Amino acid sequence: MTTEEVEAPPAPEKKPDSFVTLFLRNLWSANTVTVTILSIFLALVIGAVLIVVSDSEVLSQFGYFTSRPGDALNSSWALISHAYADLFKGAIFDPASVQAWINGTGTWQAAFNPISETLTYAAPLVFTGLSVAIAFRGGLFNIGGQGQSIIGAICGGVAGFAISLPVGLHLIVAIVAGAVGGALWGFLPGFLKARTGAHEVITTIMLNYVALLFLSWLILQSGIQDPNRTDAISKTIGHNAQLPALPAPLRVHLGIVLAVLATAGVAWIINRSSFGFELRAVGVNPPAAKTAGMSVAKTYTLLMVVAGALAGLGGATQVLGTADRLTAQVAGQIGFNGLLVALLGRNRPWGTLFAAILYGALSAGGNLMQVDVGVSLELVTVLQALIVIFIAAPALVKAIFQLRAARSARLGASMAKGW
Amino acid sequence: MANDHIDITVEPGEVHALLGENGAGKSTLMNQLYGLLQPDEGEILVDGEVRTFRSPRDAIAAGIGMVHQHFMLVPVFTVAENIALGAEETRGGPLGWLDRRRNRRDVLETSTKYGLPIDPDALVENLPVGAQQRVEIVKALTREVDLLILDEPTAVLTPQETDELLRVLRALAETGKSIVFITHKLREVKAIADRITVIRRGRTVGTATPDTSEDELAALMVGRDVSLEVTKKPATPAHEVLKVTGLVVDDDRGVRAVDGVDLVVRSGEVLGIAGVQGNGQTELVEAIMGLREIRAGRMELEGQNLTGMSTKKILRAGVGYVPEDRSLDGVVREFSVAENLVLDMYDSAPYGNAWRLDPKAIGSSAAQRVEQFDIRTGSTDSAVSTLSGGNQQKVVVAREMSRPLRLLIASQPTRGVDVGSIEFIHNQVVHERDIGTAVLVVSSELEEIYSLADRIAVMYRGRILAIVAPDTPSEEIGLLMAGVTGTAGEDEK
Repeated sequence: MTTEEVEAPPAPEKKPDSFVTLFLRNLWSANTVTVTILSIFLALVIGAVLIVVSDSEVLSQFGYFTSRPGDALNSSWALISHAYADLFKGAIFDPASVQAWINGTGTWQAAFNPISETLTYAAPLVFTGLSVAIAFRGGLFNIGGQGQSIIGAICGGVAGFAISLPVGLHLIVAIVAGAVGGALWGFLPGFLKARTGAHEVITTIMLNYVALLFLSWLILQSGIQDPNRTDAISKTIGHNAQLPALPAPLRVHLGIVLAVLATAGVAWIINRSSFGFELRAVGVNPPAAKTAGMSVAKTYTLLMVVAGALAGLGGATQVLGTADRLTAQVAGQIGFNGLLVALLGRNRPWGTLFAAILYGALSAGGNLMQVDVGVSLELVTVLQALIVIFIAAPALVKAIFQLRAARSARLGASMAKGW
Repeated sequence: MANDHIDITVEPGEVHALLGENGAGKSTLMNQLYGLLQPDEGEILVDGEVRTFRSPRDAIAAGIGMVHQHFMLVPVFTVAENIALGAEETRGGPLGWLDRRRNRRDVLETSTKYGLPIDPDALVENLPVGAQQRVEIVKALTREVDLLILDEPTAVLTPQETDELLRVLRALAETGKSIVFITHKLREVKAIADRITVIRRGRTVGTATPDTSEDELAALMVGRDVSLEVTKKPATPAHEVLKVTGLVVDDDRGVRAVDGVDLVVRSGEVLGIAGVQGNGQTELVEAIMGLREIRAGRMELEGQNLTGMSTKKILRAGVGYVPEDRSLDGVVREFSVAENLVLDMYDSAPYGNAWRLDPKAIGSSAAQRVEQFDIRTGSTDSAVSTLSGGNQQKVVVAREMSRPLRLLIASQPTRGVDVGSIEFIHNQVVHERDIGTAVLVVSSELEEIYSLADRIAVMYRGRILAIVAPDTPSEEIGLLMAGVTGTAGEDEK
């Protein structure tokens, strides 16, 4: 090794920093974890203001703020703490129901219900988030997660009710059908990009519409639509094709396990596989990849197939695990939220998994917050949006908290830098 | 730290050469004089007065102009428009009409006054590089500067254009203007400078006069004795390895770039392709590597047809390729040194297979090659972007030369590389030749061609004008590079 010969003269002997100082210094430098946590904190602060402003009763107390400031402050604090406590109780656990379970007055299902809800919301987002993340690592901006999920849901759903197969096999067939459907929907823009240079952002957005309108048409066709219903809803997925779930009322199903496996798989593909090497090289420097003999066109096509398959799995998970039927809204916003999840997870597989769980938690907690405190569910969407905005503008967070610049803040990898 | 307590004084009417390797801090120093960077310490005095420059505008106001290495011109604007840009003459206040006629007249006036002929109505994109540079100089002169800084002005010029530029600079100096001439080329320094300041690693390491020998200057620049001459045995050319016949290639815009090239490279020899950049060398090499479609012609590697083969297959047929644009084509800057060392072989043994990589094999081979090729890096896991240009180039060279080759194609192998690394890379190329590889070197630096080539092909406007012996005088090759044929010593076409 030639390390000794490196230009700079050896630095004067310094006492090595203790682990604690090192840890604290890193904690307060602008690394991605710190920025992410502070972004969430900032979003909650702004969210608190919005909660107060949107409550007319508390707001009216601010009318006589100068004479009796205690009223306004106390009730604001009560409102905010109640709302955020609900967010926590709805998403992670509710001390009361855990206490009840321990005392024998409640069921274990009730104690685990918040986590179950969080993971139920998170599972499809993991897949769509991974889809966006892996595509982005290869230099493609896959806006088509929504369309790919819809096609995945259609293929998985149709395979789930149109055919009849034994236990186990049927589920596998339905999941594979979902992946294949999504892969096909990803292949189209990938192929167009490789062959004609058509920008994947345009083609994937357009294919989102095609997928959505196809779904709306399809569920009204005979053989698909539930014969006992007049509204736009399909037959129910066969029992053998449904993802096994914990006993009702818990909704969490095998999808979250598959999602963790998919995360590990994507991490392996990106970091350890030959294809991952190609996609990373193509992602940051296509000319160098080409010069080194890689086929940029082939990589783009294959990458969109993989990304599409992941999003398709997300759609299939949704229909086979949670929805049990196809409706026009079966895929909800999972494709679009996948973009935000990938951004939040900085296009890293495990980061994306955690971001998806955070998103799931906000959705699950938001439900309780709405029921209990009357804070509109949209506030959760606003919170999610604020978190994303702060993460997309790390300079803002750094400026607010006066963070030290750190080498690890590799925000160049962030999608917010544009495409 | 790019500059560490540098002192430099430039007298009126003086051509002052600033000599240093790439990354020595020459450009950083000049960017401070031009207001693009602010010094942390120290001061700038103009005519005895302390000045601070927050932007180039301040510098220009103080009479300092700069011609950058990469021209700052708008290609689709005319010469006059480019020169007016930033100092537009208007009628009716700052928001009034552009006074094009007056701009045009100013340009003509300046260009005749200093003997720098340019057509004010020509579109910049249609001008040859030498003329574009003249536009930059006139642009600075219309701002009535007293000190003109030129950053590596000869990098893109033919030897004749270089001589012309040096003549112009000399004439400017005689009118009382001061010139700072940044370069790492010793010949030019000796040809023009009144005084030479040598910078190494951000410090002034010496001042010299033009009668200092090139070897002494090089030693000052690098900090140790370097041999500028590549010592090599006479070539022993054997069988034909690369044979190109009737090759026609278009560039990205669909304009013919290579227009019927025939050439042969034999085992155990270095064929050097000389020529001003942009005469089809890039396209020729890319066509051979399968990176660019060809219009007509045929390429053979020891009788095997390369035409239409994929780049991957060509590389694996035993062709090594050092591309001319290192940061764009040569390395993936975000990747580690180890990853860059297997950029073209990642999916074959021992580094991996079609499915997976073998990080252990990649790591140990990287450690061994870092040692063997003297790549200065903290760790094989450091991103290549953290390495100096010379060490990045060594990564490319190490990658391409550490497998058995039949043909090595090296395009501008030492562009942007420090003198120490140049020496190393040149020796590697000669070593490759000596073990029987056919070597094709493309370079726009004539000195490099002279150091390496056993035969010199001169390329001009997509054709090989002549193939000459390595002892042909540089004036003759210079004329060929400018497209002038009909001199003695030409042996084909």
